Amino acid sequence: MKYLDEYRDAETARRYARLIARVVTRPWTIMEVCGGQTHSILRHGLDRLLPGGVTLVHGPGCPVCVTPVGLVDRAVELAGRPGVIFCSFGDMLRVPGTHGDLFSARAAGGDVRVVYAPLDAVTVAEANPGREVVFFAVGFETTAPANAVAVARAAEMGLRNFSLLVAQVLVPPAIEAILASPGNRVQGFLAPGHVCAVTGTAPYEALSARWTVPIVVTGFEPLDILQGAAMCLRQLEQGRAQVENPYARAVRREGNPHALALVSSVFEVVPRAWRGIGEIPGSGLGLRAEYRPFDAVAKFGLAGEAAIEDSACIAGRVLQGVAKPTECPAFGGRCTPDRPLGAPMVSAEGACAAYWHYRRAGAGAAA
Amino acid sequence: MCLAIPGKILSVEGEGYARFGQVDFAGVRKRVSLSVLPEAVAGDWVLVHAGMALTVVDAAEAESVFEYLREAEAEGRKPL
Repeated sequence: MKYLDEYRDAETARRYARLIARVVTRPWTIMEVCGGQTHSILRHGLDRLLPGGVTLVHGPGCPVCVTPVGLVDRAVELAGRPGVIFCSFGDMLRVPGTHGDLFSARAAGGDVRVVYAPLDAVTVAEANPGREVVFFAVGFETTAPANAVAVARAAEMGLRNFSLLVAQVLVPPAIEAILASPGNRVQGFLAPGHVCAVTGTAPYEALSARWTVPIVVTGFEPLDILQGAAMCLRQLEQGRAQVENPYARAVRREGNPHALALVSSVFEVVPRAWRGIGEIPGSGLGLRAEYRPFDAVAKFGLAGEAAIEDSACIAGRVLQGVAKPTECPAFGGRCTPDRPLGAPMVSAEGACAAYWHYRRAGAGAAA
Repeated sequence: MCLAIPGKILSVEGEGYARFGQVDFAGVRKRVSLSVLPEAVAGDWVLVHAGMALTVVDAAEAESVFEYLREAEAEGRKPL
């Protein structure tokens, strides 16, 4: 497939591995922020192509994983209400809340539907004028334009039976929280390419300068990731700390100005709690006052509940790159993708699920 | 979640929030929002996430990425 296959060539991957082995003279720890990159790394065994002293730690870039339990509980509650059609990306359905997940709400009679695009939920609302349609708007900056256009389109169409349960989060404040943490060991970052396609690289230039940390805007295919790692490690070896963008086929320095304008017309920056991590100031998006009629929390008078997370789950430490999934005592025993304790074991992008699929004893072949 | 798939625009219809395109993903056709790519036209390759095209793929940049590898390999005999 064009623009995919050419970034998966095994011989070129070996050339990158040789280059990295020659560049690296001492141990380094770098973080890939996005869960999609984590899966690519484990699936293709890219970490095993790196010299022994180089550690890749996996970041918090899994929106399903960081959506707080309290919001999952609200989703489950809404999905169980008569007259509600609850629409969501498929990933969210198995994320455990305090008393069950969206699948259990569906099994109990709730009308829970999987959609591929937020605009599909607007179509459901148009087709069901007598029902309330709620879309679970999770996601990072990449997903914000799709969520924003759904609200803008619903407003334009005069739909009164459509609303969002918003769980939008932002990457730079999370990177900042990781850098500011006393236990931080991350020395360089592979920034999430598709987030940057929307936002551009300016927020990362500010972070790189403030924390003197190399940040390389990185794509998702194996060669993209090896290129990102090579450039990041080279900066570390040379004592440089800048933003480099080898994913320029998708990312312009200014991002997508139309997408940014749309997002900021619908959403504003708000504080948001991250599952397993806690509240991070300015790390989320909420609907602006003029779009309040589309806010499911206000519309349905949903109460905020303190939610209890399973104490055996170390998701917070995994999401901050402090612990590997395999260090969790519940990994592969009490916690599996079929019976997850925490969201990183659920999502196709969760680090725990990646280790389960590719690194569990007996799963996959060693590289 | 943040995965975006490359596809080629076959046709464009509508305006504003209702601007859509038929996009071909290796033989599978889907209707995709082009609201934030008002300049995109049929024949462009775009990256699509959650039903929305976010960026036009830059064909020249798509090729030039490997120049870094060639240059770095060529520098191999020099110290860093």
